[in-house]
Amino acid sequence: MGHRDSSVRQLTSIALILEHTRTLTIARRYFVVNGFDGALTMLGMIVGFYHANANPPDSATLSVIVGACLGAAIALGFSGLSSAYISESAEQRAELQALEAAMVTDLGGSSHDLAARWGPWLVALVNGLAPLLISLVILLPLLLPTAFRVVCENVLEASMLLGFSTIFLLGVFLGRISGRFWLMSGLRTTAIAIITSGVIILCTPN
Amino acid sequence: MVFVKRLVLDILKPHSPNSLDFCSMLADSGPNMQVTGRVLAVDEKTESVEICIEGDELRFDQIEASIRSQGGSLHSIDEVLVVSPAVNGPS
Repeated sequence: MGHRDSSVRQLTSIALILEHTRTLTIARRYFVVNGFDGALTMLGMIVGFYHANANPPDSATLSVIVGACLGAAIALGFSGLSSAYISESAEQRAELQALEAAMVTDLGGSSHDLAARWGPWLVALVNGLAPLLISLVILLPLLLPTAFRVVCENVLEASMLLGFSTIFLLGVFLGRISGRFWLMSGLRTTAIAIITSGVIILCTPN
Repeated sequence: MVFVKRLVLDILKPHSPNSLDFCSMLADSGPNMQVTGRVLAVDEKTESVEICIEGDELRFDQIEASIRSQGGSLHSIDEVLVVSPAVNGPS
């Protein structure tokens, strides 16, 4: 490996700091936690709509459902973005100040400073995008009803199926991280989704 | 014009990056550099390391910039080896 220019070295150094400060692990955790939030919220809303009217929705009803679900998905995205940025930037600033006190020097411009500045944005982006993107995947049959009606007459059912599948896959992902059996982990998160759906059906008027 | 061939530096650095990454980044700051690191003391958040850098033509400004960009603080230059180029006499 030849010597590289300073910007590449700085990026490598920042990547090392992000790894050592566990920023990437935190981002992964946020992805699962908030992604699960997004998936369960969308599934809950669609189960609620489906329970209220099990017939395939007409275009007017569909636009109400899409509006409500998209609104919730965007709100989840912004909530995840802002809350993670506020908490992570405070945490990382405090850690940098503690390190500066221990070093008795100003770490401005160092990789630690850049990681403390950009790490929270990375975590916030993951935390905001995870529920938004997962929600959009679940809402896909409602956003593209003509394409999905070929497969499933009631797009709400297709959406619910996607919701359960996404939650199962999030469980599988968690199982892979923790080294547990992926199927058990996937079934566990799916069980949570089934229980939630059951409670929604019991609690909402038909 | 003289050439810096060897430097022994006393550096205080955070635990992260670790000594291996720290020395690798230092070695990457110039051509043909050989870097040896030895941890002298470990504190709660910092560690003191003695870094020995050898090369054909060490650039101190680049080395110092690399140390600073990795969050390190140069405490002292403990040893240096500087050579002047050989002068060719009349044949």
